Order: sequence, then C-alpha cells, then structure tokens
Amino acid sequence: MKTVLEAWEQSWTTEMGAYFPGERVVLRGKDLFTELQDLSWMGLLIYGVTGRLPDANQERLLNGIWALGTSYPDPRIWNNRIGALAGAAGSTSTLGVSAGLAVTEALLYGLRPLLGAAGLLLEAQRKLERGETLEEMLANKLNKASGCAPASGQASKKRHRLAALPGFGRPVSSRDERIAPLLELAGKLACDRGPAVKLAFSMEKVLQQSGYRHLYLNVAGLMAALLTDQGYTPQQQYQLCVLCSSGGILFCAADAATHPPGSFFPMRCASIDYHGTAPRQWRTETI
Amino acid sequence: MNAENADNKNNNDSNDDPKETIRSSFWHEQAEPDNPFAAAVCRCAGFDVYGDLLGKASWIEYLYLLFQGEQPDAAQTKLLNGLAVAIANPGPRDYSVHAAMAAGAGGSTLASNLMAALAVGAGRLGGAREVCEAMGLWEQCGRDLNTWQRALEQYRNARQTVTADIWPAAQHPPGFDPRGISCPTPIRQTLTQLADNNVAIHLQWLQEHRSDMEAAAALPLAISGVAAAAFMDLGFDHQQGEMLYLLLRLPGAAAHALDQHGQSRRTFPFFRNGINLQNDPGPKRGSP
Repeated sequence: MKTVLEAWEQSWTTEMGAYFPGERVVLRGKDLFTELQDLSWMGLLIYGVTGRLPDANQERLLNGIWALGTSYPDPRIWNNRIGALAGAAGSTSTLGVSAGLAVTEALLYGLRPLLGAAGLLLEAQRKLERGETLEEMLANKLNKASGCAPASGQASKKRHRLAALPGFGRPVSSRDERIAPLLELAGKLACDRGPAVKLAFSMEKVLQQSGYRHLYLNVAGLMAALLTDQGYTPQQQYQLCVLCSSGGILFCAADAATHPPGSFFPMRCASIDYHGTAPRQWRTETI
Repeated sequence: MNAENADNKNNNDSNDDPKETIRSSFWHEQAEPDNPFAAAVCRCAGFDVYGDLLGKASWIEYLYLLFQGEQPDAAQTKLLNGLAVAIANPGPRDYSVHAAMAAGAGGSTLASNLMAALAVGAGRLGGAREVCEAMGLWEQCGRDLNTWQRALEQYRNARQTVTADIWPAAQHPPGFDPRGISCPTPIRQTLTQLADNNVAIHLQWLQEHRSDMEAAAALPLAISGVAAAAFMDLGFDHQQGEMLYLLLRLPGAAAHALDQHGQSRRTFPFFRNGINLQNDPGPKRGSP
C-alpha cells in the first residue's frame, strides 16, 4: 500500500480547477471563458470560494463591504502603512500590498476579528437555542478575558476585551463610522434584516446596557453578520475578505511613491524612547 | 512637493502636540551633532554596536543579544550557532524553499522570493507555528515522560474540529512528522550534536526519551521538535522561537531561489501532467 506521499507524488487531485495551456480554463467544473465570462470580479470570487453562483445582490453586497468597509486611503492605519513605507522606500507596489495584506491578519483589526466575529455569532445562536441568555454569555466571555469590572480603563484590559469579543469595540475610537453607510447599502439590497444582523445589534444593546460603553458593534462584526445571513461559513467569510484591504494599501503605496524620498513620517533619533539597560561594555572572553 | 514647499510646510508646523515616540526596550540612539535624523551612537541593550560590539561579537552572539537583551555565554552561543546551521537550509523539497524557488523560477523580485518562503514556512506543518506550539507542549509537560505521553495520546485521539481561527486546526502533535516513517538520520545527528552542551537540558532529555515520545505520538520526531527543545534551552519564549525559526531558515531559501534565477525555467518542475481534475466539463463546442 502506498504512503500518502507516494500516492500524491506528481499528482494533484482537485475539483477547484485547472488551466489547459492554449485552450481553456476550468473553475469548479465550469469553463471560465464560456460559462463564467459575464461574472464580475466579486461574482467570480464568491463562486471560487463557495462553489455557488451568487445573485446580483450578493455581488453588490460583497462589493460594498470591500468598497465602504476596508480600504481607507490613510497611511496611519497599520496595514496601509506598510504600503506607504514601501512607496516611500522606493520598493514596489506589489511588495508593499502583499506585505500589507499579510499584516491585515491582525488581532485588533482586519481578518482575525472578522473570523472571530463570525464564530461568535454562531456560538451565540447555539447558546440562545440552548436557553442561555445574551447577558450571561457576554458576561462570561468578558469575565474570562479580563476578570475586571466594566469601569476599568486600563489599556491592556481593554485590549483583552476587544480580543474576547471580536466584532465589538475598536482600538482607536469606540464608534465605527462605517456601520451607517454599510447598513444603508444592505437595506437597499434587502440584506439588513437577517437573523445574524439582528443578533449582532442585540448583543451591542446588551453590552451598552451592561456598562461596556466602548464595545459598540464594529464593521468586522457587521460584515460577519451580513455575510452569515448570506449563508457563508466563517472560513468562507475570511476567504472572501482576504484581499479586501488591498485597495487602501495600494492607494497609500502609490501616494507615498509620489512624495519626496524619505518624507513619510521621518523620525529623529531622539524620538526613540528607550527604557532599557544602562550603557555597558561587551565582554570579549566568549570568542 | 519641492524644497520650497517643504520649507513652507516646516514653517506652518505650529501645533503644540507632543511628538509621538517609539518606545523601545533594547535600542537607543544618540544623534550626530549636525543631523538629528542620523545616529552617531547606536546602543543595543546598553552595548555600543559600532563603537564596541562590532569586531568583538559574532553574528550569532549579536542575534542572541537582540532577542534576549543579554550577551550569551559560550555554551549558549554554541547551541544557537549549531541550531542555525542545522536549520539554515531545509533543502529544495521543503515547501518553504520550494516556494522561494517557484518565485525564482519565474524571475520574481528577490524580496518576493523570501516573502514566499516566510509565508509557506510559517505554518503548522513543519513551519514556525509548529515550533511555537511544540514549545507550548514543553511548557505544559516539562521533562515528565508521563505528562508527555498523556498529551501526545490526546492529540492522537482528538477529533478534528473546525475552529474560528486563521490557523487550521491541529492535525498532529507539534514537533513530530505526520508523514514520517522513522526519525531521519540528519535529525538524529542534529539532536546528538546540539545535546552535547551543558545548557541543553531539554535536548538531552529529548534524546534520552525520544523513542518513548515517538511511540506515544505514533510518529517520528521532526526537526521542528528539536528546534523547539533548543529554543527552550536558550530561554526563548514562544514568539521568539517562532520568529527565530522563520528567520534562521531563510538562508537556504535565498540560496535556492538565486540558484533558480540562474537556470532555465524548464529545469524546475511545472508538473505538466500533474493535475487530476475531477470535474472537467471538457472542451465546449466551438472552443479552439
């Protein structure tokens, strides 16, 4: 009997697709040039990730999430900053965007909160079905995370609470300006009344009534709710959004490349705030 | 913006906001008298890098200093140096090196070659994440064989679950090779060599109990397991171990990528007949 490695040597078995050089391309059992040629990029993305052809509203919803929620042209934002630094340092836009996308898999923003929020919504749905209340569930999560009262203002405890409740709260400001425009778009597409969206806002209400004033629903939480209501699994939501910050990072890279060399937030030596060991001499006996 | 505009910008800087700073626990700079943006003295954990350390410290000693904030002793230097040599080049069949070579084969930027190696070498199958998790097992089990056996058997009996995490669910005990048959010679040679050191208490214990642990895991020891034990012996935490494993495996990836840049793309496998597509609809009528 062959080992796994022997069985797969020189042979990749798949249903995802393939390229037939000089002839055609197949994606999930459909010919790209004759059966999928009218799909938008968002439609192709949804089909490639889920294997289901989306309807027009699903394409527009994902397009809106990408356009409104995830590509700010501000180089102060941590993932965008990678693009800007690449541009300022004379690197390439592709390198800057690639690295910036990798950085988007962060704890405090980006893909981890999205994936975490999707998981949290599913967990909340299961617990409600078992008779637990939202109040109990949220209190348990927050108590486990920090073991502190809601009134505490310590930064590290706030960070723990942000990580404990992905989809709620923000590191820079408590209210998320993207909620209203994204909800407006979802309303136009009749996607704003699903059970996950209602659950997300119910959780926000409980948090506010419980004294967690900084834990408003953030865009990752709303994105997860909207995408959950479209039937996407948490992993599919993550995959649909892996590239969604690329626009903002690219804008910042392109902008920085047009500025004077070295002009992107240069820092003087004195701006390093050192808290370490006092000056000392290297011992030479070890070499 | 030209120089004149730059001057205007500086003249308009009248806000009284305090300048934001970078807080550092190990790096300090003193500026040149004529330029506040150029360092005259750089200190790493208190040592003058260019005025004292350069010419005295080896690369491995400086690496240890950067991560630990202290000068290593001779035994620590020997252990980190040995590990760095052992893992510097996993070879062209390793997925992370393969990634760098695939980038090289197409003539991609050199930075992308290394980024490819980092991305692929970061994972839970033979990558840096596996080292991080193996270090977690060392912390959990210490040097107690019964505890290790219970932990490893739990992995064997664990049912696969879908987690809401960016990393895939664990599919094998970290530090062991799920596709291995027996512990390969280079891994045993590395363990023997690195364990011959008076700070290598985890490595010595691993060498002594390797067979029992492999039996409990039902898998042979992997190089990630040796690296995790070495990082424990050097006093690194999980993040330091994960980061160093990423860093120290890059030289081989870089060299193999450069090797591909100098060769024909036809000498690197494309797997021309390697795709076994299960749902091919076949050519459509009218297709070329």
